[in-house]
Amino acid sequence: MATTLAPVLTAHWDADRSWTLQTYEDNGGYRGLRRALNMQAPDVVTMVKDSGLRGRGGAGFPTGMKWGFLPAPDGGPRYLVVNADESEPGTCKDIPLMMASPQHLIEGVIITSYAIGCHHAFIYVRGEVLHVYRRLLRAVEEARAAGYVGTDILGSGYDLEITVHAGAGAYICGEETALLDSLEGLRGQPRLKPPFPAVAGLYARPTVVNNVESIASVPGIVVGGADWFKQMGTERSTGHGLFSLSGHVTNPGQYEAPLGITLRELLEMAGGMRGGRALKFWTPGGSSTPIFTAEHLDVPLDYESVGAAGSMLGTRALQIFDETTSVVRAVTRWTEFYKHESCGKCTPCREGTFWLAQVLQRIERGQGTSADIDLLLDLCDNILGRAFCALGDGATSPITSAVQYFREEFEAGTHTPADVLFPPERSALFDYRPRSGAQLAGAH
Amino acid sequence: MSVEAGRTPGQTHRTAYDEDTHARLTADAAQIVARYPQERSALLPMLHLVQSEDGYVSPRGIAFCAATLGISTAEVSAVATFYTQYKRHPNGEYTVGVCTNTLCAIMGGDAIWEHLSDELGIGHDETTDDGAITLERIECNAACDYAPVVMVNWEFFDNQTPESADELVGKLRAGEPVAPTRGADSVCSFKQMSRVLAGFPDGRADEGVGAGGPTVRGTVLARENGWEAPAFPGDEPAAGATTTEAGAGDGAHTPKVGDEQSSAERPAATAADSSAAQQENKQASDEAKES
Repeated sequence: MATTLAPVLTAHWDADRSWTLQTYEDNGGYRGLRRALNMQAPDVVTMVKDSGLRGRGGAGFPTGMKWGFLPAPDGGPRYLVVNADESEPGTCKDIPLMMASPQHLIEGVIITSYAIGCHHAFIYVRGEVLHVYRRLLRAVEEARAAGYVGTDILGSGYDLEITVHAGAGAYICGEETALLDSLEGLRGQPRLKPPFPAVAGLYARPTVVNNVESIASVPGIVVGGADWFKQMGTERSTGHGLFSLSGHVTNPGQYEAPLGITLRELLEMAGGMRGGRALKFWTPGGSSTPIFTAEHLDVPLDYESVGAAGSMLGTRALQIFDETTSVVRAVTRWTEFYKHESCGKCTPCREGTFWLAQVLQRIERGQGTSADIDLLLDLCDNILGRAFCALGDGATSPITSAVQYFREEFEAGTHTPADVLFPPERSALFDYRPRSGAQLAGAH
Repeated sequence: MSVEAGRTPGQTHRTAYDEDTHARLTADAAQIVARYPQERSALLPMLHLVQSEDGYVSPRGIAFCAATLGISTAEVSAVATFYTQYKRHPNGEYTVGVCTNTLCAIMGGDAIWEHLSDELGIGHDETTDDGAITLERIECNAACDYAPVVMVNWEFFDNQTPESADELVGKLRAGEPVAPTRGADSVCSFKQMSRVLAGFPDGRADEGVGAGGPTVRGTVLARENGWEAPAFPGDEPAAGATTTEAGAGDGAHTPKVGDEQSSAERPAATAADSSAAQQENKQASDEAKES
């Protein structure tokens, strides 16, 4: 195959006690920090800019450029906030990273903070991952004991505090300004932009918000240099990235590869589809990215190619569904998720996701009307681009793309329940007798 | 001094903490507040702290947070009701959460949910009569490669079936210890968990595994095949590493973008595959737009 894996962050995840500082240092950890502290801070920013690293949290904004947007120092504080609120359906890369190798993130936080002139960094981790939070707290303790965190780090005169903050369950807090409000002790609702966080972020001070994987990639760039990083990936989507395969594949898991690898290549590495069944649809980057089908197996998974094919690279959360799966059931469930997680701040999202869920639920029950598909698309049209933040936009992605590729399944929802067309027990990993099927059949 | 600011200024909240408890919580709250440049940031961890004391966000806990941070009880309640981990009525000893978001649901999460709901006789956010289990339908918990997933007090129980989940809740109700697939050696109580989430370590970070099978699938596969990322400039290849495969070897021999064996070795099918020179101008203008 043309592309092979490129383990950088994942290289030592299977080491004994991989999460400890000792293991991390035994495998070359904290070389990047030592090198960075011997550089001028702006040179570190330039190096990351030159590497082409783009945000690994979904949007793909160039990381070094984001750092460069901070205004000139005015003597007041500036902050780094790491977005560790990984909650996008299908996305499962940052949580295992922080479980297996939290020091990767901590070293990245220290280097980044040094580069942007920050003396108090925050890691906002979702509250629903208890052991990951334990590991992060411990990682900061270990780094402090080793002199990597605190005052006069490694004799450089540079000071840094790191606070690991646990959220409390809200998908919307993955949106960077909602995250900042949440970190300030408020309801996690997105802010109007501009001002962007670079100008007025945490406590209205200049703030960089970056994803876990983005920050964890920084130490490698500092050690290897921008050109090392650019040896991986494509011209405009440089470097390594975690590709998370889940669903109906033989060997689901984390596969770290150069950006630009294809699902066909990844599927081959993952042992193919479960039981040799046919691929039906998949998400390239979580539920908020329009779905793809088998015709997209050879789309290079980089920002540009996935965009040109009508979706988004997102978080490289490859949720893979085989021919047994009802796309109506899948999309309805995602929509119920967006309805549940809508923060309520703006009308298109708050009201629209409720309408979408109601219409989809009756289609799933086989009780849709002939006007329902048009109604769905009209609702999506009234949410996309009109919602306050990307949550609303994301809610429309699975619906419009599923109707585009599988319209006949939605049409069948005017007369036949989804679980009659696609018995759920055929999609599950084990045999069972669904309760809902009997109830729905009786109700119909 | 156990008086908290209730809804009416000057009135004592009728279910306020006793003096010892109040003193202990006050000391904890001071530690939390000290972590942040502005004290209001302490509210989320303080609500976890309240749950570690009362097993839910109690009226007296709300009053305590309000008094400590100098905000109104309405402001505290507004925050407490926004986040799903804050419980508005006493929680069971264990929160059992079944992921019923799309991927887990389809892989069998719906079956697990139906089974547990039937067996326990309770629905979403309801608690068994013995106070042992609060059952929840939960959203994606970032473990999709282990689907279907069940969380107990927010520890991972991977690759579940109705039978394994049944055994799990049976043990929980019998008071027997259970061990997550990836997590501490045993699941702690809801109150103990809440105290950790308030930022007070319980010394258990070194328990359990670093990763499960799916997490290291790529790591192991790469090693078996001798696949490596390009070596850092100046670094020797790792001892014993295979040097015959793409990506191995020193920097001088590592494939460059566009060269044979590089990740870009495929037909130029998209704009991203065209040359650097062609892309340079376009990139500059696109990046300007993205801002």
